[in-house]
Amino acid sequence: MNISIVNGRLIDPANGRDEPLDLHIHGQQIVAIGSPPEGFEPHETIDATGQIVCPGLVDIAASLRDPGSGAKGDIDSETRAAARGGITTIVCTPDTDPVVDTPAVIELIHRTARKLRRTRVLTAAALTRGLDGEQLANMAALQAAGAVALSNGARPLANTLVERRALEYATTFGMTVMLRPEDRHLRAGGCAHEGAVATRLGLPGIPAAAETVAVARDLALAEHTGARVHFHALSAAGSVRQLREACATRLNVSADVAAHQLHLTEMDIEGFDANCHVSPPLRTLADRDALRQAVADGTIAAICSDHQPHEVDAKEAPFPETAPGISGLETLLALTLRLVDEGVLPLSEALARVTCGPADLLGLPQGRFEVGGSADVCIFDPRAHWTLRRDEMYSEGRNTPFEGWEFGGPVTYTLFNGRLVYRRDIAPPD
Amino acid sequence: MARLEHNNIQLDSEGRLRHFLTIEGLGRDLLTRILDTAESFAALPGRPVKKVPALRGRVITNLFFETSTRTRTTFELAAKRLSADVLNFNVSTSATAKGETLLDTLRNIEAMHSEMFIVRHSQSGAAHFIARHAAPGVSVINAGDGRHAHPTQAMLDMFTIRRHKGDFAPLRVAIVGDILHSRVARSQILALNTLGVTEVRVIGPRTLIPTEARALGVHIFHDLDEGLRDVDVVIMLRLQKERMDGALLPSEEEYFRLYGLTNERLENAKPDAIVMHPGPINRGVEMDSEVADGPRSVILRQVSYGIAVRMAVMSLCIQTHAEVPA
Repeated sequence: MNISIVNGRLIDPANGRDEPLDLHIHGQQIVAIGSPPEGFEPHETIDATGQIVCPGLVDIAASLRDPGSGAKGDIDSETRAAARGGITTIVCTPDTDPVVDTPAVIELIHRTARKLRRTRVLTAAALTRGLDGEQLANMAALQAAGAVALSNGARPLANTLVERRALEYATTFGMTVMLRPEDRHLRAGGCAHEGAVATRLGLPGIPAAAETVAVARDLALAEHTGARVHFHALSAAGSVRQLREACATRLNVSADVAAHQLHLTEMDIEGFDANCHVSPPLRTLADRDALRQAVADGTIAAICSDHQPHEVDAKEAPFPETAPGISGLETLLALTLRLVDEGVLPLSEALARVTCGPADLLGLPQGRFEVGGSADVCIFDPRAHWTLRRDEMYSEGRNTPFEGWEFGGPVTYTLFNGRLVYRRDIAPPD
Repeated sequence: MARLEHNNIQLDSEGRLRHFLTIEGLGRDLLTRILDTAESFAALPGRPVKKVPALRGRVITNLFFETSTRTRTTFELAAKRLSADVLNFNVSTSATAKGETLLDTLRNIEAMHSEMFIVRHSQSGAAHFIARHAAPGVSVINAGDGRHAHPTQAMLDMFTIRRHKGDFAPLRVAIVGDILHSRVARSQILALNTLGVTEVRVIGPRTLIPTEARALGVHIFHDLDEGLRDVDVVIMLRLQKERMDGALLPSEEEYFRLYGLTNERLENAKPDAIVMHPGPINRGVEMDSEVADGPRSVILRQVSYGIAVRMAVMSLCIQTHAEVPA
């Protein structure tokens, strides 16, 4: 199958391209950027006049709930949501049931995703067995099975010795360790940022120090072990400050931020809105601005969805008893583009944070247009607007605080491995 | 904008009380109306609280997810004085233990045609949650949710203060003790500020004062003598024993030495200052018996005013619904 995407504005941040260029696809690969190869006959031509053609998005932290009970979603439902969101590569988190701590679970996930052919699903495998924070997982076997990173999910290690050993052992195989920095003692059963709003609402608070203490500890261990550490889902200005210093000393560390953290603050939990119950919690405007600044200057190189789909019941309870998390695959691009509208960073930089930025952090070849590379493409219409409606979401999880928000740049086409997996005018595919 | 919208869940389109969940978002007029209504129900000296037929034939449900004999009893008495029928559900021991969700419990009880829920729950926001999911025409009164709010307790405290002090405007009020975990303190602070007192102070060690306490509209003191200086009203909060376990305080002895109210320390306050406590008192921890039982203590009167204030809140909520066409 030959496809030509013509008349679009092609933005490929990895290669510094932002110009009117056509893209030509043969089979699963990009065969030309600009003029078609000699004798190339497209079977299908996508007219992208007025639209932006960029590499398919790379989301380095999404929970797909598979294997699991299915109530919160599965690879089928969530890759459908990813395709609608222009995402063609997902690194799924290990907090499944059972946990991704054996090659068998990795193979199961990869096999299911390959069959669906809707988006590339890669895995961050468990750092410790059962994510229990006590015994090391069989990292070499997990790597051999295809794990692209190691992570303890949303369960930070409590034992610093185990953390040290885990970092050292992972470094033996050159694996990146993704850490969610949090000191569980300082978290102290909290459910909202320890600030003015939580004080007024009487919600048990999580101080920013619960994160900054952990970042300091993790940085010290990264320096000591020489491990390649990636911080997942930063939320506090103090963490950004430490990260900036660490980067200046050439420590091999990096970080991502969840897209919602760049738009929401503690104010949004007013009225006990459980859809704004997230972990780490939404913090102050100053924290949000520091995160935005770090995304703008590249200190934070990746924006992720931190996708956490939940069934309705999980959010139907008094705020502290609800499950934290947002179903974020379908708003990752929208929230990133909104940063451009709000003048935080230019368009191609913003797209870098959801394409080559996250790909480079894990050494993945995706997130860029290369001749001979896989044809993963996201096309969106910067002139059009769309409104997020919960009942129109593809994800099994409808838990979003963005219901009714108007966004720019709806995804019009998503191609994964040269195959059209989403088009806006004919939805849903398959 | 968002805040108004959320809190308006308590009010109908005419600004009348539908639910009573928190003091936040309620204006001075409405709080004064509650106090005036309570005044009309309150006991005259030497006579019991009047029984009125206001809620005859109505069903009021005490939905307590956290045990509290005292609060439940005053609500029950208030409902009976209004001639309502009262159902008592102690949910912590029944439904949720069988895996029933809060919403299931609510739906089941709604099916019994209850028109009002009096809710107490250990989680902040529980009363808001139930109000959001209650059928139209059903009122929810918050009898304490987590650390968030206990608005009827705050209003009975305001009633007590008004009875003894008259005007709120010139008053300086000190709240002493565990502000961090206290839903009572949060509601009192909001009510006092809405009613326009001169100053609200909170007094306690750093571990028991929320980090962002200033956002509540209070002045913070860590020294009891300094904080009590020239105040008109002293409100002592109950200290829970478990605070010693969480490394919040070293001992009851040290707490009493620093923050326990004695006659001597009360000398710092105005000569006619009154002493209040939401009860039950830990004698020798929050205050000396000689203060609790002394001439300035109005603690027992608070309890009897509680019935009139709860009658006022219940009847105002039910009236609002009665006037809404079905």
